Amino acid sequence: MRSSLGRYALWIGLAVLFAALPHIFTSGTSLTKMSLMGIMIVFALSYNMLLGQTGMLSFGHAVYYGLAGFMVVHFINRASGGAWPVWLPFVPLIGGLTGLTFGIIFGWVSTKRAGTAFAMISLGLGELVAACSLILRGFFGGEEGITTNRTRLLRLFGYNFGPQIQVYYLIAAWCLICIAAMYAITRTPLGRMSNAVRENPERAQFVGYSTQMVRFLSFCLSGFFAGIAGALAAINFEIMNFLSVGAIQSGTVLLMTYIGGVGHFFGPILGAVLITWLQSSLSDLTGAWMLYFGLLFIFVIMFSPGGIAGWIMLHEPLARAGLLMRLLPAYLLIAVPVLIALAGIVGLIEFGHHYLVKGATDGTVVRVLGVALDTAGPLPWLISVGLLAAGLVLGRRLWPVVTDAWNAASAELKRRISA
Amino acid sequence: MSAVALSLKDIHKSFGNTPIIRGVSLDVPVGERHAIIGPNGAGKSTLFHLISGRFPVSAGRILLRGEDITGLPPYQINRRGLSRSFQVTNIFPRLSVFENLRCGVLWSLGYRYSFWRFVEGLRDARERTEEVMVQIGMTARRAIPAGVLTYAEQRALEIGITIAGGADVIMLDEPTAGMSRSETENAVELIRKVSQGRTLIMVEHDMSVVFGLADTISVLVYGQIIATGAPAAIRQNREVREAYLGQAEEH
Repeated sequence: MRSSLGRYALWIGLAVLFAALPHIFTSGTSLTKMSLMGIMIVFALSYNMLLGQTGMLSFGHAVYYGLAGFMVVHFINRASGGAWPVWLPFVPLIGGLTGLTFGIIFGWVSTKRAGTAFAMISLGLGELVAACSLILRGFFGGEEGITTNRTRLLRLFGYNFGPQIQVYYLIAAWCLICIAAMYAITRTPLGRMSNAVRENPERAQFVGYSTQMVRFLSFCLSGFFAGIAGALAAINFEIMNFLSVGAIQSGTVLLMTYIGGVGHFFGPILGAVLITWLQSSLSDLTGAWMLYFGLLFIFVIMFSPGGIAGWIMLHEPLARAGLLMRLLPAYLLIAVPVLIALAGIVGLIEFGHHYLVKGATDGTVVRVLGVALDTAGPLPWLISVGLLAAGLVLGRRLWPVVTDAWNAASAELKRRISA
Repeated sequence: MSAVALSLKDIHKSFGNTPIIRGVSLDVPVGERHAIIGPNGAGKSTLFHLISGRFPVSAGRILLRGEDITGLPPYQINRRGLSRSFQVTNIFPRLSVFENLRCGVLWSLGYRYSFWRFVEGLRDARERTEEVMVQIGMTARRAIPAGVLTYAEQRALEIGITIAGGADVIMLDEPTAGMSRSETENAVELIRKVSQGRTLIMVEHDMSVVFGLADTISVLVYGQIIATGAPAAIRQNREVREAYLGQAEEH
């Protein structure tokens, strides 16, 4: 009883949070970012239905997102000016059905295989659609893409969805519905058998389940939700172009999902929020933001294969026992060398970027904290390498403090459980 | 007892040019506990794979309660009421004990691929899973991920998944392999319990298990069955003693 109440509380809390966010982050850019986050949450969760839930690695998930986006752009253009009696808030369903349709067609082909073969087929299909997007100009609009005007559908309660805030709430509502729906699916017979197929496809066959059918159905559902995300993107940007069906978009959703964590339902949500924020904030700050993005991905794969969610959930038993605070001093301590090393890495990347990219036109001198440094000389490089080395050496020295704190807290937890 | 549960009609299997199963015919009556024994490499596990649909046969026919199941995929054979376990433990390692067993239950209760109802709300699935969990004596371990269970527990879980769907023909591939004496005794008790009212076909190396459990024994040597009969008769069979039991007793 208490747990079911707790479950509802979570969803109500999430709804309240979504409603309150525009009142906390009021600027126009925040609103744009949060709208994009909502879209990417749906997209990343749909991707994790394949990767995390069913164990299928797809390199072409943007196909369903992008095609749905294009379909929605065309749909809105056709329906404009009262030609068809539709309201904008229902248009994402058109995207979902588009994603579902292509999920059925392409899924029927690709889910005949699992593992590496499936991944390769998804890559091939992705390339195929990306190539088509530049050839079939009538539908995809060539390199410029196709634009639309979301305000030209019928008004609903007087809203025309011109202002970004109205679009934000439209996205937030769909995002909430999709999160709840995708979470619900994990708790159905198909959802659980998807996990079984991920864990041990052979055994799943011997308890009566066709692994191909499980993969196919997961794929179709995943396509449906990716389609909704694509539709929301079309509504949000009012333009779709060939990039949205391409390999970079497919790669982005893979990175988001993986960095967030494939092993827990909420992982991709974290990944989508973090990566969207990094993409927009870092790209304002530095031209080398893709490099940071790549480094983050490599770091997560090497040191926290469960992603951010995996790292957080590692602490769950300790948090339950109220032992989390015992780790705090050690974590604060290790943060010092981590920040020092990070400063070194940032220095190397930024000085390098400045010297190689901007050096020829803007000169090699860069101002850091009011000090002029010449990236053609050795000084900035020595400082950066020095910081990195100092961070690494100090981190190595201090690391036992973290492991000791962790072991002590774990031992205490064990003692309490057995007591 | 005269009805035939499983019938093999001149089964052949070759891998490349190497014949592994060279003409096996066998009728297992309903309700019988049938053991297949034989030296290593005789083709016992291969025979299991052929019957359960993991490998296609090269020639011959397999009938389940008179119905031809030759060439069907494993899940189709399972749905027709034949369920098997594996020699190498084959479970869902990161799912809990409860969920492992529930995976074995869902199809047989008709829940198929449904994604419009919550699995927690399926009372019959929960009750059936609980029932199996009690049978294999693992209620205390219900929430533990199967991958961290002890070896003997994993073997018991393997049997639990196999019987969970209520199949009436159960095939166990070396259910006591690698177990200690006392673990084996427990496993034998478990097998005796769960095979009640069903047809059991098992491959087993441990002769005390075989002679303790089986109603009928077939001896498979080099891809052919050289004798089938009651345990006492098999024990007396000279050919069998030469081919197999004699070697076994020397160990």
